[in-house]
Amino acid sequence: MEKIDAVIVGGGLSGLACAYKLAEAGMQVIVLERGDFSGSKNVTGGRIYLGPIMSIVGDMFKDAPFERRISRERWTLMGDDNSISIDFTGDRYKKTNNSYTVLRATFDRWLADRLIEKGVFVIPKYRVDDLLWDGNQVVGVKAGDEDIFANVVIAADGVLSFMAEKAGLKARMKPKNYALGIKEIIELSEEKINDRFNVDINEGCAHLFIGEVTKGMFGGGFLYTNKKSVSLGIVVGIGALMEMTPTIEVHTLMNAFKGRYEIERLIYGGELVEYSAHIIPETGYRNISKLFGNGIIVTGDAAGFALNMGVTVRGMEFAIASGIFAAETVISAKTANDFSEKTLSLYENKLKDSFVLKDLSTFRKLPDFLENRALFTLYPKLLPDILEKIMFIGESPKEKIGKQLWAEVKASGILSMKTLKDIISIKDI
Amino acid sequence: MMVHEKIAKDAFKPDRESHIKIDHNICKEKCKIKYCLFVCPGHLYSFNEELNEICVEFAGCLECGTCKIACIEGAIDWSYPRGEYGVQYRYG
Ligand SMILES: Cc1cc2nc3c(=O)[nH]c(=O)nc-3n(C[C@H](O)[C@H](O)[C@H](O)COP(=O)(O)OP(=O)(O)OC[C@H]3O[C@@H](n4cnc5c(N)ncnc54)[C@H](O)[C@@H]3O)c2cc1C
Repeated sequence: MEKIDAVIVGGGLSGLACAYKLAEAGMQVIVLERGDFSGSKNVTGGRIYLGPIMSIVGDMFKDAPFERRISRERWTLMGDDNSISIDFTGDRYKKTNNSYTVLRATFDRWLADRLIEKGVFVIPKYRVDDLLWDGNQVVGVKAGDEDIFANVVIAADGVLSFMAEKAGLKARMKPKNYALGIKEIIELSEEKINDRFNVDINEGCAHLFIGEVTKGMFGGGFLYTNKKSVSLGIVVGIGALMEMTPTIEVHTLMNAFKGRYEIERLIYGGELVEYSAHIIPETGYRNISKLFGNGIIVTGDAAGFALNMGVTVRGMEFAIASGIFAAETVISAKTANDFSEKTLSLYENKLKDSFVLKDLSTFRKLPDFLENRALFTLYPKLLPDILEKIMFIGESPKEKIGKQLWAEVKASGILSMKTLKDIISIKDI
Repeated sequence: MMVHEKIAKDAFKPDRESHIKIDHNICKEKCKIKYCLFVCPGHLYSFNEELNEICVEFAGCLECGTCKIACIEGAIDWSYPRGEYGVQYRYG
């Protein structure tokens, strides 16, 4: 069989973005996706940042089926039976199209359909089983009985990337480098969402939770508003979950979260329509795979390009950008008619020059910082507790606010060398 | 709502053969903690007293791969289901 320019394993955002740019340049490309359609195996939290990729996507997302444009951010510190929230909005959010909520089964499918219209082969229901080799050069893929030969294989097959593993580019997956995300889609009317989240039509809210949600384990909760549903979920470090004593059945965290007054008021009357789960790469810069080999490039989650900034999760724009840079690399390699590691190393240079490796590098110390259990136990509980003591007017006479605050702070154990160190270490993140 | 009721909301196309294979010798000889019993978001692993071994209801698998990562002894041999089989998310 004749060799095509590229075969892409995985029709998620990374693979599709790559195919889009290759097709634009007139390259012959095939995308193989194991699901019934693009988006049918994909789970995300909910929010895609267009800001970082605006200048490189061209018209890729013109008329895309976004759910809502984020105009409101909320963070909640969850104590055992109380909480404090910050609610942020700004004119800048209303004026720029910076970030949107998405549902992947709609979004990825739409992008795949656009590609198919352009004449690109996006073939669903095909699981790639193996790579084809000629000596130490990858020359294609094997899917069932089919052998497909290509100058370059793009491994855009997501966080578990069996392709990067088979190419020897990816280390064995360790529990502490990954988190599990569990998500529920809860249908609510458009009007209810607008009212409950205090947003205009087509505007949305991104809400993150930290503290009791994960019983002190690394992670947190999230809630994103879609047009007619909310995406509600939790993220918990797999390593932290395995070390927890006594053990917790992870699915119970979700019900406990949903049962919280803070959440219950937002979703009551809503109907659960889907329950999903997916892994997230958590250790950022340090756990990135080798990015290319002879005849192969690794993109998106497969390469480990995701960033948990604590206050927000980013992965989709990394997946898209890396897919685009992979496409550009394939185009250059074709001009040079050389698909060896040497030429494909251009991919890494492109990533280094862009926000992808720059941002991942900037935040490379964040995972260490986030390993600190106090962030998920002591600190999120402390503030709501103090506020409760000050705000609650009960039978007994109140103390002076300052005096009480001081007593609470002292009793909390927060006045320690450890806290001081934690505060000082903030400058590193 | 129980977790199996939640899973019942999802669309599945179950294959005949399981994409998750368990090496029971490793479970018995090496594994003490049995992480699979509590890390699975679908709560699909259980210990079958009669067979005296770990069982998994693969048909309800959400395909996250947590069990594959958490099974540090290597008893779980996990691959994606064949093309078109398994969970099909309608929202995602
Ligand atoms: C709970 C959760 C919350 C998140 N929140 C956010 C967020 O708010 N914002 C954000 O930007 N990011 C978020 N992320 C991260 C983001 O979802 C990912 O970084 C992004 O989806 C990666 O895209 P991808 O195309 O690289 O991989 P995927 O979307 O996983 O796509 C990989 C594709 O490859 C296919 N595939 C795999 N193996 C094969 C094979 N052998 N043969 C054929 N096809 C195959 C799969 O079916 C899949 O369609 C979140 C992730 C999770 C799990």
